[in-house]
Amino acid sequence: MRYSAFSILKQGLSGNRHWSRAWRAPEPQPRYDVVIVGGGGHGLATAYYLASKFGVRNVAVLEKGYLGSGNIGRNTTIIRSNYLLPGNNPFYEISLKLWEGLEQDFNFNSMVSQRGVLNLFHSDGQRDAAIRRGNAMRLHGVDAELLSRDDLRKRVPMLDFDNARFPILGGLLQPRGGTVRHDAVAWGYARGADAAGVDVIQHCEVTAIRRGAQGRVEGVETTRGFIGAGKLALATAGHSSQTARMAGLRLPIESHVLQAFVSEGLKPFIDTVVTFGVGHFYISQSDKGGLVFGGDIDGYNSYAQRGNLALVEHVMEAGVSMIPALSRVKVLRSWGGVMDMTMDGSPIIDRTPIENLYLNAGWCYGGFKATPASGYCFAHLIAREEPHPVTQHMRLDRFERGYLLDETGRGAQPNLH
Amino acid sequence: MASLISCPHCGPRPREEFSVRGAALTRPAPEASRAEGFAYVYLRDNPRGLLDEWWRHGSGCGRWLVVTRNTLTHEVVAVRDVGA
Repeated sequence: MRYSAFSILKQGLSGNRHWSRAWRAPEPQPRYDVVIVGGGGHGLATAYYLASKFGVRNVAVLEKGYLGSGNIGRNTTIIRSNYLLPGNNPFYEISLKLWEGLEQDFNFNSMVSQRGVLNLFHSDGQRDAAIRRGNAMRLHGVDAELLSRDDLRKRVPMLDFDNARFPILGGLLQPRGGTVRHDAVAWGYARGADAAGVDVIQHCEVTAIRRGAQGRVEGVETTRGFIGAGKLALATAGHSSQTARMAGLRLPIESHVLQAFVSEGLKPFIDTVVTFGVGHFYISQSDKGGLVFGGDIDGYNSYAQRGNLALVEHVMEAGVSMIPALSRVKVLRSWGGVMDMTMDGSPIIDRTPIENLYLNAGWCYGGFKATPASGYCFAHLIAREEPHPVTQHMRLDRFERGYLLDETGRGAQPNLH
Repeated sequence: MASLISCPHCGPRPREEFSVRGAALTRPAPEASRAEGFAYVYLRDNPRGLLDEWWRHGSGCGRWLVVTRNTLTHEVVAVRDVGA
């Protein structure tokens, strides 16, 4: 069923009793041309683009829980393409362009809101770095504006401009950045993929990868039986080390926990996304009125999907330093997500040493914004057997070759990226 | 993560006094192969369960410790001095 203003009117007049299911609940078939492990944003987007853009329709997505139960439902919903490095920026810009047309493309309202992403700076050195990054973005055809203190006073008057230790000197704004309703991204891609013939199979956990005598992948053992695969694609960021181990691979990845928080609902307060340049803190306001915010990863390996109070305290302190009015806001809830942290802070979309095994991993804490491009480029790699041009630097072997994509220049220390 | 870590020298101390370096790996010998050096710097087992890590008690005795921790539950199972 195609969603439109007319369909809402028609269904509303008949008491909303005749909506069809958004996607089927199929039984697994014995074999698929492509099996994607992981029904998160990236896995579903990969399936959607494989079926709708690359003509590969005999595809299954296997999800161990329910759709949207992983990081696609645990992020802070920010989209942006304000990256510095030539190996990163074009990829994220393609992602932002896909976001801009996404709702029309998959006929689902995912509430893409280009409300701007603003990075504050607090010293001359930070200003120089912001100018450099803004110029790099513009050279890649991405929008970037340098805002003065006076511009900011009009735009985001709630900030503590005259903080004694970290005065706000200005900010780098990407006007086309913003937020998206994250669950609706999973639902939209699942519905679109399903309509194009993909089997989205929930509550089906992969327990082993079966390989033949030549080492090729033959399929996966799951909690719902063996499923054969012509090609196997892993999109299990957060747990990539675990799934890759089933194929005997050891990855340049550690799993870390990133916490996020949401406050009680408030009247309209912040109409953009703001990031603090001191430590790390970012905040936006959801359409329900809750302030959505977070900071750095906790810094130790974790698969627990929850963090530690030390980091909670740090995030709250940073938030109140940036916006003193936050001190009177109550936090409603907090949660943690498991992140694939790579050794250079950038993702991996590549083939593996195993011929028909493909890897989409290492999204660090930046996977949500990348969802459309990650799916599109991974589908390109699987269908055409060659990397999409914008992912040519996101190779698995770049660490061994010495071609790191290290935005922050911190080296092989994942908890610092 | 546990709120307290039992330092073998200082007793139970708040987690904030410690900093974590990451997996406690053994550095390959200088004459080790390139592949061994690469694996040491970049590749990780990243277990979902017990993991030995380097921690430093920076706000206490300043010693490097090996903390054995469960990455699924955050339980600290054992702490020993790096020289022990």
